[in-house]
Amino acid sequence: MSSAFHHALKIEEEVCTGCTHCIQACPTEALRVKGGKARLIAERCVDCGECMRVCPVNAIKVEEDDFTKILDFEHRVAIVPSVFIGQFARNIATRKIYSGMLEEGFTHVYEAEHGSGILIDLINKYLADHPGTRPVISSFCPAIVRLIQVRFPSLVGNLMPFKAPLDLAAISFRKKLTEQEIPEKNVGVFYITPCAAKIAAVKSPVGEETSPFNGVINMNTLYSKVFSVIKREEKSFCIVPEKEQLLPEEMEWTLTGGEARHIHGRCLSIDGISNAIEFLERLENGTLGNFDFLEMRACDKSCAGGILSSTNRFLVSERLHKRAEQYYIDKGNGKIFNNKTITLYKDYVIANASLHDIEPRSIMKLDEDMVLAMKKMQKIQKIKGYLPGIDCAACGAPGCRALAEDVVQGRARTSDCVFVAIKVKGGETMSQVAEYTEEIWGRNRFKNMLPE
Amino acid sequence: MKFEYLIEGGDFIRAGHASSDIKKILNQLNLDPAIVRRIAVSMYEAEVNVVAHAFRGVMKVNINPERILVLVEDEGPGIPDIAQAMQEGYSTASDKVREMGFGAGMGLSNMKKNTDILDIHSAINRGTVVKMTTFTKSGAS
Repeated sequence: MSSAFHHALKIEEEVCTGCTHCIQACPTEALRVKGGKARLIAERCVDCGECMRVCPVNAIKVEEDDFTKILDFEHRVAIVPSVFIGQFARNIATRKIYSGMLEEGFTHVYEAEHGSGILIDLINKYLADHPGTRPVISSFCPAIVRLIQVRFPSLVGNLMPFKAPLDLAAISFRKKLTEQEIPEKNVGVFYITPCAAKIAAVKSPVGEETSPFNGVINMNTLYSKVFSVIKREEKSFCIVPEKEQLLPEEMEWTLTGGEARHIHGRCLSIDGISNAIEFLERLENGTLGNFDFLEMRACDKSCAGGILSSTNRFLVSERLHKRAEQYYIDKGNGKIFNNKTITLYKDYVIANASLHDIEPRSIMKLDEDMVLAMKKMQKIQKIKGYLPGIDCAACGAPGCRALAEDVVQGRARTSDCVFVAIKVKGGETMSQVAEYTEEIWGRNRFKNMLPE
Repeated sequence: MKFEYLIEGGDFIRAGHASSDIKKILNQLNLDPAIVRRIAVSMYEAEVNVVAHAFRGVMKVNINPERILVLVEDEGPGIPDIAQAMQEGYSTASDKVREMGFGAGMGLSNMKKNTDILDIHSAINRGTVVKMTTFTKSGAS
């Protein structure tokens, strides 16, 4: 397993104005301001994207594979999540969206949730076979998996050891093509992602050796391309009929409640990373009742609220619910054909569906050595006592406790707190204090404050 | 390192405050997550016992690199028969406490399950002293 953490979120230095929005929004305190720019502490970041949501200048970007990378392959498979379909208005038919994707260069389009039926059976069997592991926590959302690794290490054993439906879809589709005697190297499988966490998960997988994907395409990039081709060539391009249809429960899998409703026993669905944290805290404290299964997604409204979603999350989820309703209407009219190819590869998919042990990697420990950690903790308490406790973030850390910890870990100094510098360190001149603040907030930051 | 928490009888809203706080501290000290969880669970049960049965109590936590010692002293009715109270499902909780979802009779047995050494001393109409010792290395005792 790789020990380096790949992050999909990147701060664009030239755009970042060095404010405090992102550092205070980060659920793992992974950001600091230094030299007037936000900096990421790699081992803490879980790629949830909360920083990107709050950035007022759009300085946080999601790394993506260049779209032309798909052309490296003769067979170009797009594994597309149902929420992609939800990006478009309801009057744009699914087959039209697929056709737009083929027009843009893919040779195959396959919906990511085709594997969810197989997964439901695997999870229910796992629950029945492991009555001592409760609650089982879904490993579907990669930001939640990483959050548990870094902030709730005692709960890693509760994560269900299975890959997500999109991985199963990719595994089966790859198998299908290679069975047609297409060489493996000619097959490029790409995931169209609604979130940053999935990019990180593909680039540095947790609990699996390699990812079944060759690359990841940002959902909003593809949305713009497909939307414009649909608008531009509405009359001219060829509409290809859908080859395979998702079942209604699969269409709704990535929405809140999409997993939990199929799992036996007492289940709960939690969306939003702060809600998940509150719940995991209670679970770790043992103050939660007895649950069999917890579905947890980092984004509000689950994948419909992914940071790479171009359409409002409420509209996306409404569209997907309507799409599921439409399925039953179409079925009544005999318009549904049931030819799910993934069922042909069921045994192969199941054989490749398991994750290895997910390792804890706590960011909370102050030191590997407990004696040293105790000493550091005592120092932190002492420093925290000096600090004003207003969590203004003017020191570049998200709050006073975080600054105290940074000081003890050698990443900052107490006088980075402007109040300490002025008040406690009375011996220091005001120009020294100004110099400290400039080191954090940048040389040019305060120049407009001076009168002409 | 020593920490002290006051527990008010009947205050179910605050129950869990001490265990949550200590859990965070132990995580920072790089204690094995499985042991942290056992301590958090046993402390929470002890806290709820004071809230549900006693008038007030104090929880003292002493952490050193070998072991975590949790001492809970309460002023309350005391436990007449400790052996009986240790049985799973045995509870003297009032209907009011049960209505709040507590009082299932699992408290003491959960504490026993999650600590290396559990000592209970009780005096009727005076109070109860619970001492829980958990070693920082699993397997040591």
